[in-house]
Amino acid sequence: MNILLITEQRDAHWNKTSFETLAAAQQIAAETKSRLAAAVIGKGGAALAGELAASKLDEVLLIEHDLLAAYTPDGYTIALQKVIAQAKPDLVLLPHTYQVRDFAPKLAASLGKGMIGDCIAYRHENGKLIFVRQMFQGKTAADVVFEGAAPWFATFQAGAFRADLAAQGTAKAPVTSISVELKPEQIRTKPLELFREAKQAVDLTQAPILVAVGRGIKAPENIPLAEKLAKLLGGELAASRPICDEGWLPMDRQIGSSGQTVAPKLYLALGISGAIQHVVGMKGSRTIVAINKDQNAPIFEVADYGIVGDLFEIVPALSEELEKGKGT
Amino acid sequence: MKIVVCIKQVPAKDAPLAITDASWIRETDIGFEMNEPDSYALEEALRLKEKHTGEVIAVSMGPERVKQTIKEALAKGADRGVHIADDKAHSLDPLGAAKSLAAAIEREKPDLVLTGLQSEDQGFGQTGVLLAEILGLPHATIIMQIDAQTGGLRVKRELEAGWFQSVELPMPAVLTIQSGINKVRYATLKGIMAAKKKEIATIARESLGVTHNPTQHIERIYIPSKTKKTEFLTGTPKEAATKLLEKLKHEARVL
Repeated sequence: MNILLITEQRDAHWNKTSFETLAAAQQIAAETKSRLAAAVIGKGGAALAGELAASKLDEVLLIEHDLLAAYTPDGYTIALQKVIAQAKPDLVLLPHTYQVRDFAPKLAASLGKGMIGDCIAYRHENGKLIFVRQMFQGKTAADVVFEGAAPWFATFQAGAFRADLAAQGTAKAPVTSISVELKPEQIRTKPLELFREAKQAVDLTQAPILVAVGRGIKAPENIPLAEKLAKLLGGELAASRPICDEGWLPMDRQIGSSGQTVAPKLYLALGISGAIQHVVGMKGSRTIVAINKDQNAPIFEVADYGIVGDLFEIVPALSEELEKGKGT
Repeated sequence: MKIVVCIKQVPAKDAPLAITDASWIRETDIGFEMNEPDSYALEEALRLKEKHTGEVIAVSMGPERVKQTIKEALAKGADRGVHIADDKAHSLDPLGAAKSLAAAIEREKPDLVLTGLQSEDQGFGQTGVLLAEILGLPHATIIMQIDAQTGGLRVKRELEAGWFQSVELPMPAVLTIQSGINKVRYATLKGIMAAKKKEIATIARESLGVTHNPTQHIERIYIPSKTKKTEFLTGTPKEAATKLLEKLKHEARVL
């Protein structure tokens, strides 16, 4: 098989999940005895391509064009169609980033092909590749296989593979430039400036202890319950996306794929079901405690300690115990 | 502005899921509701219509039960509904589902197509982008703000790690809406009454003339095996709380 990894960079800075998918691609290549190439796309990617060539790979493909300096779904799709026509991969792997979600389904569909997105694992059984992805917000997993002729497209979720397991090569892989033709009129969207909202008031990544609330907190007037516990533990208050969407806590308290990624020594998840988008932002925490009324909530998948029950009873009990401890 | 909004009906968030035939869940005895990300897309469509005038058409695919979700959209203010009827819609792959939706949407010749970011059941997260490709329209995803200007749109895209980007694109276009872009309205009694008179056109999926060879299929779905051993603490709330603090102090040593 020919495997093609498409990496992601912006202004000559890697999106680090590229290396997680590189680790996955190397493993799949080894198990299926495949040839592995990796593409660097954008402008000014030459230095990155040189760096990537030190990895265990058969070839690095470099695609540069002025019109690829700023990402557009049209520009990337047209350029990568050319790359695929030339490299003829059977399997195209990408990290499941916001940018990839924006163009990869389009790229695959433009070739009449399909994509299995947001995979958390794969298995190679009896010569067949099986991709594992989550459904129903992580409550179930699904084994998915490709049908029809190659190329097949798959993306891997952030954190599914470890970037530090990506292997270095014994010799540098050759870097091949692929020239693409792009005209301004082929690009229908006009990307403008990148910006950040008001600067972050709290840096949750620095907090040793986080008490995070999810939908189970039910109403904004219940948030002080969690706030009190956070204070007694000497930690900060955090939340899953729905709580910030509702405006119950500011966006800078949000943990997950669209918020902050944290790894405190203690993470208490109160009434958080554990949707993938949240778990990717906190699963690196040293100790995870989950309190949830649903014993099948996916948050327990990553929890070290769990209490199945009503957080409105358990949280006050925890606060009371801590207050008692402080009083003596 | 003529806006098509794609809404999916999914199992209710607290529905206990039982796996039946290895590739889907048991549908009897569970409740269904509007896919939450799509409710933000619907709200955004209604707001655009209120600002710029026009029409909002709610499109949903699935068995008879999805009409209930279309009715909910009508009660909130959508003008009419299109139901693509298929009892086995859940077995379509992402491309097959998108081709079917696109065939129905094409007939409407909308200025704008909105979808939620992803569904809470299958969670492909591809439908909006696939619709754009199939319909030959430009698109932008994970949108947090829409400003309609003459002949086009200026939108705010969410990127990773707290970054955003402004993008301009011509209409017609497809946008996928990020959850939290707005505050979703509730249906009023007046809206619910008005919805009874609104039209829901039903189109059998097979009648759309979509040809599609599946690109993938689900071999089985299952409850994932645990990767980490969770120690469950039991007893009354007070007992569980005491045990937990003991563990955190003396076993995990994080307090």
